Amino acid sequence: MDKILFDKRHRLADVITAYPSLLLTLQRVGIPLGFGDSTIEAVCNKHNVDTDFFLLMCNVQAHNDYVPSIATIKATNMSGLVPYLEASHNYYMTKRLPHIAEHIGRIAQQLPGERVQRAFEAFFQAYQAEIESHFADEEKNVYPYILELQQGRRGNYKIRDFLALHGNLQDKLDDLTQIIFKYLPASVTSDDSIDVVLDILQLSSDLKKHNLIEEKVMVPYVELIEKKVK
Amino acid sequence: MKTKILIVEPSEVIVEGLKAVLGKQTRFSLLSPLADLDDIEGKCAALKPDVVIANPTLAPDVATLLRPLYLKTAALVYQYVEPWRLSGFDLAIDIRESAGTIVKHLVELIERKSEQNVSKKITNYDLTKRETAVLIEVAKGLTNKEIADKMNVSVHTVISHRKNIMHKTGIKSVAGLTVYAMLNNLIEE
Repeated sequence: MDKILFDKRHRLADVITAYPSLLLTLQRVGIPLGFGDSTIEAVCNKHNVDTDFFLLMCNVQAHNDYVPSIATIKATNMSGLVPYLEASHNYYMTKRLPHIAEHIGRIAQQLPGERVQRAFEAFFQAYQAEIESHFADEEKNVYPYILELQQGRRGNYKIRDFLALHGNLQDKLDDLTQIIFKYLPASVTSDDSIDVVLDILQLSSDLKKHNLIEEKVMVPYVELIEKKVK
Repeated sequence: MKTKILIVEPSEVIVEGLKAVLGKQTRFSLLSPLADLDDIEGKCAALKPDVVIANPTLAPDVATLLRPLYLKTAALVYQYVEPWRLSGFDLAIDIRESAGTIVKHLVELIERKSEQNVSKKITNYDLTKRETAVLIEVAKGLTNKEIADKMNVSVHTVISHRKNIMHKTGIKSVAGLTVYAMLNNLIEE
């Protein structure tokens, strides 16, 4: 498995061509486009991004089932982790969800009967509210705790509690795609439905990665530094 | 007793590699590999393998082809394979995994009780009358206990209906099932 992972000597352009979803990873660490033929290492150095951290995020994002070992996590500079997770939240909240909400609204208008329209829209609104409070909780409690730990200060929280309460965010999205392509009546035009299903699938798979990063990278990492900071 | 394993794979390189990895295990007995699925039914009847490891791209739907043979099946994966091709197999073996992991997964598959995978395969996706009745109550917001009392069945039965409903519709959340019930005119308010 380790053989197919990315290497800092790879050309960034080759990697992105093979795995376009890594464009999101670039955005989250703040690497702008227009990197020409530079290697991953050169681009990271230019933009003050830790190369190992960037490679770790790319490997998680691109390779299904890849989970970094504790040794890899231990050896990586994780100061970029919280900003990365926050940038992901920001992208979901300000870009993806409003975009999907617009589509949902248009589909709802084409449904027969006000009752069904309301139920359909309410379903998505409830989901949006749920994800919003999930993110808000992390930004208020979890991320500041990690930032403090990184400064050597121990806050009043335990990362274990996080794992216990961390629900998955994509089940309801998956429900929505099932409803849309299996059960919507013929009165709804396919154009909107297809667009929104593709958008939702993209969001859902990205959220899965986001969850994976939190549970398999962030939690083991924080457990490591919790042991160090008393 | 040794577990008899039949490999169905056209690539000699892959077959030899797999034989080298599995041959070290004394609990496995490797049958002569096949390169294709021609007359697989007759050959399995003669060779009596316990596990078939097959390349999932050898036929349009390999898993369905193997199902009537009532043996354990593993898909051999070394390229991108569409998920639906793999879903009918009991296991997917990715050859990029380490030898130890591949053996471990195979042993787990062999030790797994075979009844577990048979019951899961649903072929008719229409909800039964009972399932529809349970769905309506779920959509109205009733708990499993309330539904059980109302329908005069055990909570266990309600849960089993709910599992089937989820599997058939692909919808897991109560809110999603409510939308489904409304779209299908199953509930009024």
